[in-house]
Amino acid sequence: MPKLIKQGCISSDHWLPAEAEAEQAPPNCFPSLRQWEQNAAGSGGAVQLEPGDGITALCPALNTLQIVAIDFPAFMDGRGFSYARELRQRGYNGELRALGNFMPDQLHYLRRCGFDTFQPADESRLDECLRQLRVFSEQYQASIDEPLPLFRRRRAVAHS
Amino acid sequence: MYIYDQYDQRIVDERVAQFRDQTRRYLAGELSDGEFLPLRLQNGLYVQRLAPMLRIAVPYGLLSSTQVRKLAHITRHYDKGYAHVSTRQNIQLNWPLLEEVPDILAELASVQMHAIQTSGNCIRNTTTDQFAGVAADEREDPRPWCEIIRQWSTLHPEFAFLPRKFKIAVCASEQDRAAIHAHDIGVELLPNAAGKLGFKVLAGGGLGRTPVIGSVICEWLETEHLLTYLEAILRVYNQHGRRDNKYKARIKILVKAMGVDAFRDAVEAEWALLKDGPSTLTAEEILRAKSFFTTPPYAVIDAAASAAAVQTRATAEPIFGNWLTRNTSAHQVPGYRAVSISLKATGIAPGDITDRQLELLADLADRYSFGEIRTTHQQNMVLADVEEASLYVLWQSLQKAGLATANIGYITDVICCPGGDYCSLANAKSIPVAEAIQARFDDLDYLYDLGPIELNISGCMNACGHHHIGHIGILGVDKKGAEFYQVSLGGSQSKAAAIGKILGPSFSQDAIPDVVDNLLETFVSLRQGEETFLETYNRVGIEPFKERVYAKTH
Ligand code: HEM
Ligand code: SF4
Repeated sequence: MPKLIKQGCISSDHWLPAEAEAEQAPPNCFPSLRQWEQNAAGSGGAVQLEPGDGITALCPALNTLQIVAIDFPAFMDGRGFSYARELRQRGYNGELRALGNFMPDQLHYLRRCGFDTFQPADESRLDECLRQLRVFSEQYQASIDEPLPLFRRRRAVAHS
Repeated sequence: MYIYDQYDQRIVDERVAQFRDQTRRYLAGELSDGEFLPLRLQNGLYVQRLAPMLRIAVPYGLLSSTQVRKLAHITRHYDKGYAHVSTRQNIQLNWPLLEEVPDILAELASVQMHAIQTSGNCIRNTTTDQFAGVAADEREDPRPWCEIIRQWSTLHPEFAFLPRKFKIAVCASEQDRAAIHAHDIGVELLPNAAGKLGFKVLAGGGLGRTPVIGSVICEWLETEHLLTYLEAILRVYNQHGRRDNKYKARIKILVKAMGVDAFRDAVEAEWALLKDGPSTLTAEEILRAKSFFTTPPYAVIDAAASAAAVQTRATAEPIFGNWLTRNTSAHQVPGYRAVSISLKATGIAPGDITDRQLELLADLADRYSFGEIRTTHQQNMVLADVEEASLYVLWQSLQKAGLATANIGYITDVICCPGGDYCSLANAKSIPVAEAIQARFDDLDYLYDLGPIELNISGCMNACGHHHIGHIGILGVDKKGAEFYQVSLGGSQSKAAAIGKILGPSFSQDAIPDVVDNLLETFVSLRQGEETFLETYNRVGIEPFKERVYAKTH
């Protein structure tokens, strides 16, 4: 079974990356967006997004989806960061999984954008990923992990 | 200026630790070249022809004397004793050792500085007017807004892997001294019909291979919405900007491809999700930002008497008079002037400054200008708050150190990228071209007669020297392996921003001073009254220049 980081620990589950060419998602594989859309009016609880897919197609199903995997075919392609944060901002509360070739050094930003599980293509780097999960203890911007920007919290500290 | 509190300090300290660890892992082979590349770029570290190049952030061009002394120390201890001021107000070192960069960053952090996001596909240093806070034509000080943008963009988790680099500039005055039309986002603070200040937002400007003047995305935005609106623009760009071709990846290409109206609609749709959210600026935060940019304790001066005294000096000593006229400018406060320090002495690479000169400037800033120094995007420096009565002694000190070249805004104040001497992307050298032009126009009377002329040189189409927006632009091109130069005319970075037009076939390096000479003679022969080069060019067009230059060289 593929290994991943979940709730801050290394564990594993059955999910495999999508096989986009298949007519239907093979067992244990994330459905690609096309496979998910074809499957019974999109009623499936899991889907995998690729860069370029956008999140619009998922919007009607944000309450029923249980797991959204966002693939990073190349670590320089940062579209998935926006997909994740926007999904969260639009009210998605299920699992959000980063998948593929992100690097350990991106874990901190991935987590901040709302990802909660991380399944790197190279499992030998899981320990390093874990180490990089939280390399900053403070940040300026609002994001998913900390919905208030520093300027709103700074004030709170100064007045308390 | 902005002073870090414990939060800001913790963030830069943790950044240093992070980069130290990344460098260690890279050197130990745990990170590949490809992986280390974006990580080092986001800390300003390029690998160049001769050595790495480290770009240090100077947020909106403002430095304290303590920081300048630290920079002098760093150039001496870790480099070859000089630094370079870039066209985006940053400081570059040409010779650091990769292994020592974490130590350099730690030194910087000790004086509230960093190299965060000075290169790479992320939001870069926000730039503004070098005369912010003192310019007579200012509507409001732009620096609090720059600092607000700096904090928001620093280590932003969503926008660290954009399709391409992203540059923001802010203007808050009548004249645009920040080239906001040539930036990915340009923000101009201006009043609405009711007289309330808000932001006009431009997007999609940029130079490089395909120079484009920015388009207005929002005519007027309430100031509190600044960050959410920027975030909406960035999100549209991050999701839709091209990633298949790095020459088509800037936001300017996206805005053109979608059309301004469709782009604006997409931004508005994203903004609907973000507007009025927690990133909406609070009145307290705006006040807090403004509280760092208060007026220093200016002396009350009899302006008429002080102006008369300095004029008497200037008449008695014309070299001082030249410098006074060319290198100092009007100030909001009577009896004060802003002093520009030219880093364009002939024979020195434009924008270069030595460790000793940095230390001298730090001392002079402490003595005469409330301990603050600015860098300019014309690659010069500024002491912004000098009493007229101190100008003469200041000038004497500068002169001894080779820092009193009286050419600010004239043709020898060349804006120039490092070019083939340092940069591995270059088609051609640029520093020797700058030097040859400076040497040719060493007659000051002629120089001043010509009036203000911006001449910009880039060693390749990446346009680091902003050649597209120079009144005269010079671009290094490769012609069958030989270094040639293409000349363009009529560019402008002002509010009437324009991209220069190419004159014609390119020239060899030796020919350039003659070409420039011919251009200037053409200008002088056609000039009406006190017209500037650009005004004459705009009136007569490119043809007379073309005829003259190609008649002579062919
Ligand atoms: C020596 C190492 C340098 C390298 C490898 C380098 C590389 C580049 C590249 C590739 C671009 C084009 C990016 C694009 O259009 O998307 C660029 C643009 C730019 N560079 Fe540099 N650069 C260097 C040094 C400098 C220096 C020293 C300055 C300042 C004097 C500078 C200022 C700029 C500016 C202002 C632009 C923006 C032009 C625009 O808006 O497109 N660069 N640089
Ligand atoms: S314009 Fe070209 S040659 Fe000059 S610094 Fe930029 S990349 Fe290098």
